[in-house]
Amino acid sequence: METPILEMRDIVKIYPNGVMANKGVNFKVMPGEIHALLGENGAGKTTLMNILFGLQAPTSGEIFYKGKKVKIASPHDAIRLGIGMVHQHFMLVPSLTVAENIVLGMEPKRGVFFSKEDAYRITKEIGEKYGLEVPPKERVQDLPVGIRQRIEILKTLLRGAELLVLDEPTAVLTPQETEELFDALKKLVSQGKTIIFITHKLREVKEIGDRITVLRNGKNAGEALVKDVTEEDMSRMMVGRDVELIIHKTPSKPGEVILHVENIEYTPPGHNKLLKGISFSVREGEILGIAGVEGNGQRELIEILTGLREGDSGSVKVRGKELFGATPREIRLASVAHIPEDRMARGVAALASIEENLVVDRYFLPPFSKGKFSIDVKKIHENGEKLVKEFGIKAKSSVVPVEMLSGGNIQKVVVAREFTSNAKLIIANQPTRGIDVGATEFIRNRLVDERDRGAAVLLVSADLMEVMQLSDRLIVMYEGEIVGYFDSLDGLTEQELGKYMLGIKKDAPEKIKEAVVS
Amino acid sequence: MNEILKGILTPAFVYSIIRVTTPILFAALGALITDLAGVINIALEGIMLTAAFFGVLVSAFTQNMWLGLLAGVLSGVGIALILGYFSLNLKTDLILAGIAINLLASGGTIFLLYIFAGDKGTSSSLKSLVLPNINIPILKDIPILGPMFSGHHILTYIAIISVVIVHYFLYHTPLGLRLRAVGENPDAADSVGISVIKIKYIALMLSGIFAGLGGVHLSMGYVSWFARDMTSGRGFIALAAETLGGRTAIGTTLGSLVFGAADALSYSLQAFRMPSEFAQSFPFIITILALGFYAQQQISRAKKRKAASRR
Ligand SMILES: Nc1ncnc2c1ncn2[C@@H]1O[C@H](COP(=O)(O)OP(=O)(O)O)[C@@H](O)[C@H]1O
Ligand SMILES: [Mg+2]
Repeated sequence: METPILEMRDIVKIYPNGVMANKGVNFKVMPGEIHALLGENGAGKTTLMNILFGLQAPTSGEIFYKGKKVKIASPHDAIRLGIGMVHQHFMLVPSLTVAENIVLGMEPKRGVFFSKEDAYRITKEIGEKYGLEVPPKERVQDLPVGIRQRIEILKTLLRGAELLVLDEPTAVLTPQETEELFDALKKLVSQGKTIIFITHKLREVKEIGDRITVLRNGKNAGEALVKDVTEEDMSRMMVGRDVELIIHKTPSKPGEVILHVENIEYTPPGHNKLLKGISFSVREGEILGIAGVEGNGQRELIEILTGLREGDSGSVKVRGKELFGATPREIRLASVAHIPEDRMARGVAALASIEENLVVDRYFLPPFSKGKFSIDVKKIHENGEKLVKEFGIKAKSSVVPVEMLSGGNIQKVVVAREFTSNAKLIIANQPTRGIDVGATEFIRNRLVDERDRGAAVLLVSADLMEVMQLSDRLIVMYEGEIVGYFDSLDGLTEQELGKYMLGIKKDAPEKIKEAVVS
Repeated sequence: MNEILKGILTPAFVYSIIRVTTPILFAALGALITDLAGVINIALEGIMLTAAFFGVLVSAFTQNMWLGLLAGVLSGVGIALILGYFSLNLKTDLILAGIAINLLASGGTIFLLYIFAGDKGTSSSLKSLVLPNINIPILKDIPILGPMFSGHHILTYIAIISVVIVHYFLYHTPLGLRLRAVGENPDAADSVGISVIKIKYIALMLSGIFAGLGGVHLSMGYVSWFARDMTSGRGFIALAAETLGGRTAIGTTLGSLVFGAADALSYSLQAFRMPSEFAQSFPFIITILALGFYAQQQISRAKKRKAASRR
């Protein structure tokens, strides 16, 4: 048997914050192949590749390159071995020219001066050699992402890369640019290079991958030749099956419309259109789920609804009040609660205490405010102690800083605040991601309780199990559009839903319009 | 009013602009280099002050003006390295470290002044030297132009040459390219094996040299003694000049000239019985207005860019 060009054995990575991102991963790449590293967001793909490139030190584990055991302590080591990486976030200097970026760190000289002419020539030559043409004299900041990516690839090739790692290279590309990238990758392979390609877009894997390795939750979840598996097989490996949780849920009794979203459009600066006219509504006493593979516009949609991001156009009405473009406080005061996707960045102030975090949305209102300029510390403490007990937050007391808690308990702090604001609309984005089973079950049941209290709930989740268990109605997002709508989840199977999530199946426009109820 | 204009529109006034611009320009070149490397050097003020002091001290004790110059510049580099050690190695906040250094320089020079000159105000009891003025052959005999551009202090000419050197350094050498890369995207520089910390140290040392030259000009040319806090805000004005100049060597020179002109004007105004407090605050009023104007432009440019990218 041929020796693998790369073998990573039993890689464990525990970050300083306690997250165990790789739990003994094994990864093998054969020379000359395009190897797709698959997995959902947070599965540990980037971590594994950062270890390979010397950006992160593994907690334990071994790396073999061309059959020899190696130690990679810095990107420098990796580059010397012939490993190149194109990061998810490009490592380019925008105000410099293409050529300057490409030769940075190994600049051609004439006397003491940097030779621009030589840099242009080098850039042109390497571009022609690999069929990746770039304009040497243009500034990077004036170029589209597709070209920037080529520059990154050329940078690694100029430094002698034989094994090229691309971290989610197509996430930022148009279909046209994606095609061009794939052509270039095929050409590179035909010239003897080996490619590791990280993605969660299965269609792309089918198109250019030779072999796949799937990661789930920091562990290996499968390995296969691409020709032997279907997209459904791959998605099953990626998502896997959770422990069955017991959720107590009766049929919904929807009332009047609380949230009415119409025609939301959004294009991030310098990128392609991300939200293409999203419309739906949510009524009191029901849970509307949004299913979809992550990265299909869900995050941006929720950020627009909650005032964290400025959309381009559209309308967001809560109980008839227009809130498109309103500030987060205005939106919250309109009786909206929000469980954000990233609890550390948006959900809590990590250094503040539990009780302080529990009133950040209401310290300025009675009973916590005393007049305009002071707050009632005693009331805040009482409230903290009460909620710690009620939500079973495991902590010595409510004055402990939130950062001392485990992930599941931090999330309980967030939901304790959001579920006690008596909101008419609750927007929950990935409410149980990365937390333990107990906390997950608790939070899911509380969401149903909130619904039964009469709240309208909008639930976004990449966890199929979660959306299918909790939702009363369901929409599916794919590439910034609603591609499927279900007014009841009776009889809907995971396989069927998976087809919508992968963009294989799409409902007719008339059907999708039904997501707007009145 | 007419009298004021007559006082201003003379070759002597242009000469005075160039003279008062010199220390600002030196410090602004230092500001430019560090800023492009991603280090905002608040300590320029302290660097200048220290260099001004050591220039006087060493020239007085050795009676060698060149040793004085050297001592001034080296002390400036030393202060810059202290800032580097605190902010780059110990990771203290750059601004706080810079403020601490400025306070240290202010108090420290007064303390040393008292020890060596027995005076807490000026060094007039020390026999310090000044660096020479230079008359440029031919140019000095041309009417109008001669009195404007000839006969300046040697460091003024060095400042002009420095602008050219800094420009070539930043835009035409490998080190300049790396320095700009480090300032704009340190991760990118790091990922191609450039040592970010080393580049930042180099930038700080260069800024120490230039701001040091500016300090020496103050005490060994502009005047012939050291006085407590004699930099009077020039280190900060230099930061403003650099920002106003759009972070290029040529722009920085023009920015420095704006402030030099304001400074020169404030002296002329004092001569015309303008209340001196008002006249002295004039350069700073210009600073605030200029920066406000600049920020406004930046904002509208950013808005335009955003609008353009939306299509
Ligand atoms: N620098 C870091 N410090 C702490 N935790 C991290 C860091 N980088 C990633 N993580 C965590 O490690 C897990 C795996 O992340 P990552 O490797 O980026 O996954 P993927 O690339 O598959 O989406 C996630 O839970 C993430 O939050
Ligand atoms: Mg990743």
